[in-house]
Amino acid sequence: AWRAKKIQAILVFNNHGKPRLVRFYQRFPEEIQQQIVRETFHLVLKRDDNICNFLEGGSLIGGSDYKLIYRHYATLYFVFCVDSSESELGILDLIQVFVETLDKCFENVCELDLIFHMDKVHYILQEVVMGGMVLETNMNEIVAQIEAQNRLEKSEGGLSAAPARAVSAVKNINLPEMPRNINIGDLNIKVPNLSQFV
Amino acid sequence: MYLAGEAWSPNQWITRQFLVLRMPAPIRLRELIRTIRTARTQAEEREMIQKECAAIRSSFREEDNTYRCRNVAKLLYMHMLGYPAHFGQLECLKLIASQKFTDKRIGYLGAMLLLDERQDVHLLMTNCIKNDLNHSTQYVQGLALCTLGCMGSSEMCRDLAGEVEKLLKTSNSYLRKKAALCAVHVIRKVPELMEMFLPATKNLLNEKNHGVLHTSVVLLTEMCERSPDMLAHFRKLVPQLVRILKNLIMSGYSPEHDVSGISDPFLQVRILRLLRILGRNDDDSSEAMNDILAQVATNTETSKNVGNAILYETVLTIMDIKSESGLRVLAINILGRFLLNNDKNIRYVALTSLLKTVQTDHNAVQRHRSTIVDCLKDLDVSIKRRAMELSFALVNGNNIRGMMKELLYFLDSCEPEFKADCASGIFLAAEKYAPSKRWHIDTIMRVLTTAGSYVRDDAVPNLIQLITNSVEMHAYTVQRLYKAILGDYSQQPLVQVAAWCIGEYGDLLVSGQCEEEEPIQVTEDEVLDILESVLISNMSTSVTRGYALTAIMKLSTRFTCTVNRIKKVVSIYGSSIDVELQQRAVEYNALFKKYDHMRSALLERMPVMEKVTTNGPTEIVQTNGETDPTPLETKPPPSGPQPTSQANDLLDLLGGNDITPVIPTAPTSKPASAGGELLDLLGDINLTGIPSITAYSKNGLKIEFTFERSNTNPSVTVITIQASNSTELDMTDFVFQAAVPKTFQLQLLSPSSSIVPAFNTGTITQVIKVLNPQKQQLRMRIKLTYNHKGSAMQDLAEVNNFPPQSWQ
Repeated sequence: AWRAKKIQAILVFNNHGKPRLVRFYQRFPEEIQQQIVRETFHLVLKRDDNICNFLEGGSLIGGSDYKLIYRHYATLYFVFCVDSSESELGILDLIQVFVETLDKCFENVCELDLIFHMDKVHYILQEVVMGGMVLETNMNEIVAQIEAQNRLEKSEGGLSAAPARAVSAVKNINLPEMPRNINIGDLNIKVPNLSQFV
Repeated sequence: MYLAGEAWSPNQWITRQFLVLRMPAPIRLRELIRTIRTARTQAEEREMIQKECAAIRSSFREEDNTYRCRNVAKLLYMHMLGYPAHFGQLECLKLIASQKFTDKRIGYLGAMLLLDERQDVHLLMTNCIKNDLNHSTQYVQGLALCTLGCMGSSEMCRDLAGEVEKLLKTSNSYLRKKAALCAVHVIRKVPELMEMFLPATKNLLNEKNHGVLHTSVVLLTEMCERSPDMLAHFRKLVPQLVRILKNLIMSGYSPEHDVSGISDPFLQVRILRLLRILGRNDDDSSEAMNDILAQVATNTETSKNVGNAILYETVLTIMDIKSESGLRVLAINILGRFLLNNDKNIRYVALTSLLKTVQTDHNAVQRHRSTIVDCLKDLDVSIKRRAMELSFALVNGNNIRGMMKELLYFLDSCEPEFKADCASGIFLAAEKYAPSKRWHIDTIMRVLTTAGSYVRDDAVPNLIQLITNSVEMHAYTVQRLYKAILGDYSQQPLVQVAAWCIGEYGDLLVSGQCEEEEPIQVTEDEVLDILESVLISNMSTSVTRGYALTAIMKLSTRFTCTVNRIKKVVSIYGSSIDVELQQRAVEYNALFKKYDHMRSALLERMPVMEKVTTNGPTEIVQTNGETDPTPLETKPPPSGPQPTSQANDLLDLLGGNDITPVIPTAPTSKPASAGGELLDLLGDINLTGIPSITAYSKNGLKIEFTFERSNTNPSVTVITIQASNSTELDMTDFVFQAAVPKTFQLQLLSPSSSIVPAFNTGTITQVIKVLNPQKQQLRMRIKLTYNHKGSAMQDLAEVNNFPPQSWQ
């Protein structure tokens, strides 16, 4: 099957094969995606540390037409699956750029950061690789753009803020002042006891 | 309670708000992650996830805007772990439609991870993306470009190409670089739209921003690769690209783009790639970039990986364009230096490139042969494989002895996954370049004994054929094979070949006729002992047992004292549970009983077989003679039956289960196809002194014809051609074709090889059979094609100097 020339997938998993970042730039069905993650992990795990960082792709991802280029940092493997459109040595450098950018954004990044901020890692990756092609390699540029977007999010309240506001709004209701019964015209509302929510 | 479509009364509103507040808020992403991490088993994790999914689903049903983005974030996390998340697809669309950047951000991400063009749902995004491409906030525009560039379908791309084109011309570098990559995606999806981006490319390279430059080069590359017209059009950019590259190298320390002291290596590599495409097959462009390539090649700092990445790309570009020879030699020498680098990645990459260039720049690569051979001893498996492939590509008539020593050593010590390929490669190389028959047999023996169980199955018949054809080595071969299996008969291919040979040449073995080395003393019984051991052994496969039984049978005509023993063995196996063995044994029994008068004729020595060229794993040899149909009137050589079937012909003659009288045919094996009356010349050849002629002599290539006439069929002339090469370089891929006038018939057999070695160190021989019933004067037109000194040669010639004795 013909595939456009680009990075096929970027996978990050730990020493036990648990996925920490999974980004496919080539459409695979969901079950196959999981199988590819597992297969890649097994292929990469077999590699000694004094062996080169390139190996042929597993059968699920396209076999010898594709290469897996990986780097091992402490507890994490960063694996880029590429075709001939990218320079192998160049990709090694790109992985380094990505990891150093993560380091700058998270301040001494570690696996836990990737675990708890999966969405943020995706956003950072998005500024480096877009549609399977290399977008930007200047770390400072990337960090600046990420920080600007984070500020934008913060000003809106972020993911968790909105409901928090609602809850605090309820907390601020001075409940003892609430009438037990609201009588407006022919409306008769019995107000339930809200003390358990405070 | 919830009356859709009707205005809610105040009563209902207040009650609803209380109910919503009463339900627990969907937990935060980080809560979920923490919870899941406490799971001790897969089952526990699954349970937690299912529970959360149920909660998320009801939350979605609530149509609540507040929690939607949090829920989708959680869904994406669970999706990464492998759980289904398709019910969140529509929610992503709702988030994209929201006004808030936070919502859009997670919504677009969700769309990219969960959706693709197979779902109709994704089309609903088109309008949102269109609006967002024109949004006032650049980061929203960025999200839209990113999503479109990742997963936009053809319809979406068609609809939105105009917007992308607009953004390609913006001065905002953040958006411009994204627009460039988005344009690449659009062009891939809808190639007809490529033209509309052409105007916008005019100024792309004038940019100062490296991000824009980088993606612009990607866009230009894509366009050049897709359309030869675009390629021609963009050739004029070569000077500008060269300038940019120069600035990068000379610019000195620029901390923003610096990676380990080198200025934006990614951009350099990208530009080098584009230059490669532009310079290919174009003299002017290649010339324009010669200097800069030489400069990069000599000035790049190679202590770190980044420098090597650039250098590597430069080498590839030099090799691909029409560079001057000095530059090419420089490039190959850089690759040679790479081979000595400590960094295994560099070594790997260098070997890969050398493999690609070995065909075109063979001699330059040969200079690094010893380094390459050293890489066979590398610890890294990937490097070893590359080195092995490259070594086989470098073997030629001059270095065969030395190379084979290294390769045999490698075969001995390498990992099992290599042994099969290595063995096949060695056989191929030996076949092509063996300096002597003895050397050839010795090499085969060495492979069989060191890697005997890894040898491919198809190698066995090929080896048997080779041995059969080395008539003078029969005694030596069978002796060596006998000694080899005496101690250990577990390696099946070795045992099969040995069994076959012992069956064929057992008489030579017991008579102690070996000339090449000290003949051993062995009795008929000892020989039968070893064959019977093979039959009995648990390690022998069914196929091997078949070989052994047939060998024993054949010895009944070659041995004198042990015929009764053989009869006994054969009759025992008549009741073997192995059907193959049983069938053979029964048939052989019959041969002893009812058809004893035919036995010696049927079990006669095998004749020299016609050579069938092999196709090895390294694809060096093309089956010669099976050329493309040409206007010449050539008949392709018969696609002869594989030697296995020739070896089994004896069995075929004995037919199926009912033993009908078999007409003893001559033990020659008929080739499957081709004109019938030209066969059966063996034994009929009249080797009278017909003078040989030089049919062709030009450019160092000489072709001689020698003639033989058949006694039984006076219309047949057998011509043996010998091609020799007096130049200093081998002629490879040599193909000889011949055509004769219509009254003649021609049959061309397979040649001995496709390489005419330099300095007359060897020849290619090929047999032509000509049928000339009308006894007309023999004329022939010949066509020669071969590769020499890196270029393809072709020549046509007429041969008119046939001696009258060859056709009268």
